[in-house]
Amino acid sequence: MSLLRLSSVRAGYGGLQALRGVSLHASEGEITALLGANGAGKTTVLNAVCGLVPIAGGDVFFAGERVTGYPTERLVRMGLAQVPEGGKVFGELSVRDNLLLGAYSRRGRSSRAEVRDDLEEMCRMFPVLREASSRRGDTLSGGEQQMLAIARALMSRPRLLLLDEPSIGLAPMAAAEVLRQVAALRELGTTVLLVEQNVAAALQIADRGYVLEVGQVVLEGTAAELLASRDVRRAYLGRDYEGI
Amino acid sequence: MSDQTPKEPGVTGTDAPEESSAFVRAVEERGAANVGLAGAGLTPTSRSKGHQTAASKALASPWFALAVAVVALALPYINSQAYTLRIATDALIFIMLAVGLNIVVGYCGLLDLGYAAFFAIGAYTAGFLATAKGMPMWATIPFVILAAVAGGIIIGGPTLRLRSDYLAIVTLGFGEIIRITANNLDVTGGPNGLFGIPDFGEFGLRADVAIYWTTAVVVILAVIASSRLGRGRLGRAWRFVREDEDAAEAMGIHTYKVKLAAYITGAIFGGLAGVLFAVHQTAISPPSFNFLWSALILMAVVLGGMGSTPGVVVGALVISLLPELLRGAENWRYFIFGVLLIIVMIFRPQGIWPYTPTEQAVKKSLFGRFKGGGSGNTAGTTTEEVAR
Amino acid sequence: MDYFLQLVLNGLFVGAFYALVALGYTMVYGIIKLLNFAHGDIYMVGGFVGFTMLTAASGAMGAKGGLLLLIVVMVLAMLTTGTLGLIIERIAYRPLRGAPRLSILITAVGASFALEYGIALAYGPNPRAYPVGMGTGSFNVFGVRISTGQLVMVVIAVILMIALDTLVRRTRSGRAMRAISQDPRACLLMGVNVDSVIARTFFLGSALAGAAGVMAGAYYGKIDFLMGFIIGLKAFTAAVIGGIGNIRGAVLGAIVLGLLESFGTAWLGSQWRDVFAFGFLILFLTVRPTGLLGERVTERV
Repeated sequence: MSLLRLSSVRAGYGGLQALRGVSLHASEGEITALLGANGAGKTTVLNAVCGLVPIAGGDVFFAGERVTGYPTERLVRMGLAQVPEGGKVFGELSVRDNLLLGAYSRRGRSSRAEVRDDLEEMCRMFPVLREASSRRGDTLSGGEQQMLAIARALMSRPRLLLLDEPSIGLAPMAAAEVLRQVAALRELGTTVLLVEQNVAAALQIADRGYVLEVGQVVLEGTAAELLASRDVRRAYLGRDYEGI
Repeated sequence: MSDQTPKEPGVTGTDAPEESSAFVRAVEERGAANVGLAGAGLTPTSRSKGHQTAASKALASPWFALAVAVVALALPYINSQAYTLRIATDALIFIMLAVGLNIVVGYCGLLDLGYAAFFAIGAYTAGFLATAKGMPMWATIPFVILAAVAGGIIIGGPTLRLRSDYLAIVTLGFGEIIRITANNLDVTGGPNGLFGIPDFGEFGLRADVAIYWTTAVVVILAVIASSRLGRGRLGRAWRFVREDEDAAEAMGIHTYKVKLAAYITGAIFGGLAGVLFAVHQTAISPPSFNFLWSALILMAVVLGGMGSTPGVVVGALVISLLPELLRGAENWRYFIFGVLLIIVMIFRPQGIWPYTPTEQAVKKSLFGRFKGGGSGNTAGTTTEEVAR
Repeated sequence: MDYFLQLVLNGLFVGAFYALVALGYTMVYGIIKLLNFAHGDIYMVGGFVGFTMLTAASGAMGAKGGLLLLIVVMVLAMLTTGTLGLIIERIAYRPLRGAPRLSILITAVGASFALEYGIALAYGPNPRAYPVGMGTGSFNVFGVRISTGQLVMVVIAVILMIALDTLVRRTRSGRAMRAISQDPRACLLMGVNVDSVIARTFFLGSALAGAAGVMAGAYYGKIDFLMGFIIGLKAFTAAVIGGIGNIRGAVLGAIVLGLLESFGTAWLGSQWRDVFAFGFLILFLTVRPTGLLGERVTERV
């Protein structure tokens, strides 16, 4: 069953149309990868889903409800969370405050105690955050900041997590660690829509994937199908991956 | 301390409401308005809201400017009554202040909330040298320019390196510093100010006619100068800085120097207007230079259209002659001014009469070739709003 | 020595008063980088709202208005000016979010003008005498004279400041405020309704200014429609000294400014007090534009 469905969504910035009729879906409990070159419109898809970019046409459905044009904070309350590119950790706030901000939308429906439990849970999942709890966000390393950003997003107990290039700019070790954590999210039952530059790594943890080109979906399929696809291999994986 | 503190909230409060400003009050107290001069610019402006391009095209033409200048110079032949000339002289001085502030706010995008300070510096420098030192009025002008430049450097020097909003509030403070200083010092005559300020000479004419003509010539030259400055090499750099400071910096414009140049040029215009004011009033005192004054000049610039010389001239005429139509309702007037500032900024930030650069000017500035003056802002085909 | 101590105390007293106004300035600046010129005028409106309520109350209760009445009126005036802050933000500032900085600054000047002359229209341009004072008693401590009014003012100001600091540091709203000042867009992704948090910031800042307005009326005994002008400038100076956008910095800056003024006045005479303060502002911007507690580079953020 699909938790998120986009049907012929068109969106753009000013006169520029970045999405030209994108249709895709993300199934409950799965990791769906969104692949494509720079400027293909991957981030715009995430922002259109979140209500950060106005939708010019088409519809977005989330959990069976038509959510086109909903304000971001309402979508977050419904269970949508995005980790923007680079994490966008609040550098001047403590790690703990960052995490608590993630739980901002949980007011009526969950008590303080639950938030405190989740805080504990995040510190268990990402031990580095426990040690850094009272440090400022900008004192963390790049990989740690990305962990914090993911943990912060999870604090809203999202049903769907949108991840924008979680491994970009990180050292190979840190990038691998972050992606390992993303793969672990599936075990928690969180649905993930993952935008990732590193196609091979993304398809290794994803269940299904879409390839975007100039604002349109040009290819879709299971991760295995995409990995096997000649087009994907030629365009994104290069010759080194011929043998996979 | 405790015996002085009760004065605290009334520092501006006690003098400002009654003596809004000698100039403004003087304008208000005078007889019936001579709307003839203002009418020339007024009627088309209010209509131009809808189809500004056509109106701007016609009215921004050099011929129209020439016609206005001729009317201004010929006024004493049309109506030489003393009150007509007084109002007209006031309006002319106000125009000079507005085009001067337009260089700072309109061209360069720097908010100066203490412009009256330079006006005061000019008036007091000229007044002091002429009355205490017996200098002829024309000889004070170099000193006035020096004083204005010095003031501009003292205030602009440190603040223009910072974010633009700092300048706004620092100039606001500077305006107060100058006014309070004038009020406290002996050389400036304290609260009584200076009086018996001589004029430039009578040239065998009636005194007020001579003052009017001197003022008219100076102001017309100032308007032309500011308009040409805006269209020249420096003017384009100013607009660049206003539109996008980072881009300007990236294109090799030394933004700090360019901003300081705008601020100092504005200061000189203000100082010279102060000389005209001192001559015209023959007596000056601190309340003439309060914040209200700075705010009214700003109002003229914003209402007319920041960066547009014809717009600012019309704005200045409206602001200086409006009191004649709304006599005895100062509070309403200022209240409406405030509301109008908000409305204009929200619904028509380019002002009633926006600046319309020629296609050529836009291209030139885009390619960074800051050469020549161009043919003036006559075509009105590309507004900056469109370009943005 | 006594004289020195007296100057220090006077400086602290004036500083506490500036701090209440400076806090609103610095909060609004911190969150949306707007110099709210109308802030000083909100303080003035607070004075007039208190005046109206106290006049009505002392008419009903006879001449004996106690400190309790004053505090009740102050709270009501805070609610009123807070709401006024909300309205101004909604009408004058929110439509211009994202517009060039110059436009918003000019709008702020317009709002300031509209408030000043709106009050002049409603109450007349002449100063009004406050119907209730803070008591005229005074007592001596270590040879220093402190009036009851001063003491009450400082106590109220300190309580309000501690409350604000707690709110900003410990609560959900406060956390959102601090986060918005860094990255409003990322805040949207946290499910924060940024507009409503900005509105809350205006409410808080304006309420504090309103409290200061009532206190000024009760302490100085009279109010007029331009009384916010100089205070607004002083509050800005205080905020800059402390590092604009920094809440504790605003309090520190206000105290520093109060002390400077106190000593400056003793040295140069009271007619130079404002010149001294603004001259110091210019000097401070030249030497240390980030302020005492500011750490971010202020140049074109």
